[in-house]
Amino acid sequence: MSIRQGLLALLSEQPMYGAQLRAEFERRTAGTWPLNVGQVYTTLGRLQRDGLVEADGEPDEEGRITYRLTPDGRTAVGEWFASSVSPDSAPRDELTIKVALGITLSDVDVASVVQTQRADSLRHLQALTRHKREALAEDDLPRELVLERSIFATEAQVRWLDHMESRIRRARRRTTPAAAEETE
Amino acid sequence: MTAPHDPEILLALRDVHRTHGEGPTAVHALRGVDLTLRAGELVAVMGPSGSGKSTLLNLAGGLDAPTSGDVVVEGVALGSYSRSALAQVRRRRLGYVFQDLNLIPTLTAAENVALPLELDGTRARDAREDALRSLDDVGMRDAADRFPDDMSGGQQQRVAIARALVGPRRVLLADEPTGALDSETGEEVLAVLRRRIDAGAGGLLVTHEPRHAAWADRVVFLRDGLVVDSGDADAPSVGLGEVASA
Repeated sequence: MSIRQGLLALLSEQPMYGAQLRAEFERRTAGTWPLNVGQVYTTLGRLQRDGLVEADGEPDEEGRITYRLTPDGRTAVGEWFASSVSPDSAPRDELTIKVALGITLSDVDVASVVQTQRADSLRHLQALTRHKREALAEDDLPRELVLERSIFATEAQVRWLDHMESRIRRARRRTTPAAAEETE
Repeated sequence: MTAPHDPEILLALRDVHRTHGEGPTAVHALRGVDLTLRAGELVAVMGPSGSGKSTLLNLAGGLDAPTSGDVVVEGVALGSYSRSALAQVRRRRLGYVFQDLNLIPTLTAAENVALPLELDGTRARDAREDALRSLDDVGMRDAADRFPDDMSGGQQQRVAIARALVGPRRVLLADEPTGALDSETGEEVLAVLRRRIDAGAGGLLVTHEPRHAAWADRVVFLRDGLVVDSGDADAPSVGLGEVASA
């Protein structure tokens, strides 16, 4: 997604000026994606060029221009909510690469790479959960939603680490039967 | 146990080994586990099947005895107790919560919670008073006279927590207490459990769910009967800014 869809979605509620859009965007997404005013105005300029928003009257006494959706803009918002976001499944993160390479390098102890990472990921999960408990206590639903997203992602990482740890141990046992006897 | 007992330490495992069988076919369920549980602390125990999680919980609860090492409950090693004294420790000091079937279906919530006290000789009226207080602590006071079948799974688990920590009991041993619940109900039960622990109890929580383990102050990870990671939540952690964008 780009900032475009976010601003269009906010404008579908009511006309707003740039600083207002920025504040609403940050409030409703619990600060997940901080924007600067420059980005907001650049984006509004492009949306205006593309005929999706238009200035709503003249600038006010403080020079602020209020923007509103055009009918095409409204259609674009509807299409955005109606379509699904493509799941980004490209596993190109550093951890995947580290474990993948670790398995192939004989002097790397992958088990300890996995353990170190899991301990750290669990700590991260605990920190997220503490923040979630605060959000629950304050009934702050946007913040809870954003935190849950990170909690699910971190949980998935821990599960993947657990799974790969057993899998790697099984593979090692097969290739080095002598070592397997030692541990059993 | 000559060292003075720290009253904040509710439960301690000291170099605990548990071996089933002998000789070449012996199974080493636990191979030297140390663990300390303080008042106000929730410790999660994770690990793959067969890693020793259940053995650890059974030893902590006095349902099984270590081959070597000590299990110390509120300052006294369980190994020093007679069989009947051990049964009394289980009734007075330790509370269990399992995945399901925690409650006796023919007893009301209050009767279920009062049961360990009554078994221990407390007068019925006093036991009921303690039971109602404990039900209140988990937000189930209104369900005191309902039967388990009349309650949702989440409510039953809350009653089980009330029973585990009724009267003088301060050590809660939970084995996958949210395993039979949907995700949101499970979280509600954990929130209740967490609140009870924060009020001065201590808990061991065996779980295979990382998101549930994350409610704990520490996470102990077992593999092949050994603690391989021990994550401490008090270690420097990331701020919300980094958390949210992670």
